[in-house]
Amino acid sequence: MRLLFMGAAALSVVITALIILAIVGEAWNFISQVDLPALWAGGWFPRRGMFDIPTIVTGTLAIAGIGMLVAVPLGLGAAIYLAEYASPRARGLLKPVLEILASVPSIVLGYFALQWISPNVIQNVCVGGSSNFNMGAAGIAVGILVTPLIASVAEDAMYAVPRSLREASYGLGARKRTTSLRVVVPAAISGIVAALIIGFSRALGETMIVAIAAGGTGGSLFSLNPCGQGQTMTAAMTALATGSDQVRGSDLAYPSLFFVGFLLFAFTLALNVLSERFVRSVRLKY
Amino acid sequence: MTNLASSTSVSAEMVRERISGRRVDVGGRTFEVFLLIALLASLAILVTLLVDVFSRGSGVYLERGLDFLVSPLSSEASGAGIGQGLFGSLALMLIVALTAFPIGIGAAIYLEEYARDTTPTRFITANIRNLAGVPSIVYGLLGLAVFVVALRDFTGPESQGRSILSGGLTLAIVVLPIVIITTSEALRAVPTGIREAAYGVGATRWQTVRSHVIPYAAPGILTGTILSMARAFGETAPLIMVGGAVSFLATSDRGLLETIQGKYTTLPTSIYQWVQEPQRAFIELSAAGIMALLVTILMVNGIAIFLRNRYARRW
Repeated sequence: MRLLFMGAAALSVVITALIILAIVGEAWNFISQVDLPALWAGGWFPRRGMFDIPTIVTGTLAIAGIGMLVAVPLGLGAAIYLAEYASPRARGLLKPVLEILASVPSIVLGYFALQWISPNVIQNVCVGGSSNFNMGAAGIAVGILVTPLIASVAEDAMYAVPRSLREASYGLGARKRTTSLRVVVPAAISGIVAALIIGFSRALGETMIVAIAAGGTGGSLFSLNPCGQGQTMTAAMTALATGSDQVRGSDLAYPSLFFVGFLLFAFTLALNVLSERFVRSVRLKY
Repeated sequence: MTNLASSTSVSAEMVRERISGRRVDVGGRTFEVFLLIALLASLAILVTLLVDVFSRGSGVYLERGLDFLVSPLSSEASGAGIGQGLFGSLALMLIVALTAFPIGIGAAIYLEEYARDTTPTRFITANIRNLAGVPSIVYGLLGLAVFVVALRDFTGPESQGRSILSGGLTLAIVVLPIVIITTSEALRAVPTGIREAAYGVGATRWQTVRSHVIPYAAPGILTGTILSMARAFGETAPLIMVGGAVSFLATSDRGLLETIQGKYTTLPTSIYQWVQEPQRAFIELSAAGIMALLVTILMVNGIAIFLRNRYARRW
């Protein structure tokens, strides 16, 4: 029995090794075969041999950045309210809202970005006119996706702050707001930072929303305009995988898929390790 | 004189106010209102999303009734439905349940009940936490390289590896870390006293785990596995990588092996296909598909929360 269970646990290490082997192998294939200038070609058009890395990396960062602009105030505000202000009854009513929002699949938010956010929000904000597919709508939807995640991790961190700290603050005559912002938030700061890092990492790896709403299906020029189309690492990967000539086929398209996957894996892994660090320092303190 | 009198009366008023403590903390109230608005914004977004989906999608159900739920994929919007998608998604869920659950629960039992706190154990635990943070599309790449290309002879020579089996195993890997983490939490919540009592009457470790720890942790394990199932049901990106989007289910009569090695489509990938079409009819189809997806996921989550509350134990 013991060996059987141990094998199951060891399988997780095997999966990690397989991810690294499979991805690094093909990614190396790509790097060794591609002309290096093609990686700075001013646009991402894999079928034409233009693999501009800055286009997809900045596109990813731009959309994740817009997402964080939405998710940080909403997520942290909700977390502080739930942890410090809400009565048990209000908490019982409001917390499920975040839980339901967290269970909405990303493809649904992709539909929402394209069919509701883009026509009703972005096209009113962008005075110079905007495309139906745009980075702004995708970014806002990514923010909606990440909000419950940030809220729940940050709330856990603030909930773990001992009551005695709050009582000491009230004993000195501090008000609720002062106690929340000057005592509880600093005490939980590493958990809150971890929440932001996890949220950002999730935003970088989000796929369906950008594949549907950002409009990079046919490749994209370098762009940072939130009113216009853009390309991200994840959307570039889905476009390669659903391309009419299938994934196998045109010589460098298949390995380039793995190269982009490798970049994404490396980014998110680094962020996850960083957030682990922050979470651990909370646990050490109390 | 009068000046002095009035100023004393004002300060007496202030003193009274301060003693009764009825001054309104304007800054504090505004802050609280802002926090509440942040929370209510999430509610407003959720309501807007549901209203939009239902107002666009319900027409399809009113017009065609259950026909939409059983019709196959089709390029004609009037005849297209989610029959094949539902079949494919359910088949994938079955594979996930048969593979990810035993392996995930087994791994959690090893890490919580058997393993000593050594460097390799800590490495495995950290590794699992990191796997949970890997974007699902990266698992799609893994599925593409391993199940679709390398193991093609096993996963489906005729469908070029783009089979139900490849899709199901890929999804199983996506949810495996979640199953391990939630099961570990459920096991950790069982008090040590229960285990010590079992050892005290001479039970072996496996007997303790089987007849004491697992029964007490069962509601938590069940909730975790059901929630991970809901997550797998809506997962789209890895299925696009391993070829769920471009395939149609063959309708001829086939055996079990041929079916799971055959081509397929799923509910979320059907929605992805429709949402990319510019015609209004297809947008309505995608909204109707999303209705089916959301109702299923919310129902499954509801069942999980009900089970958790019904069987939750307080120590």
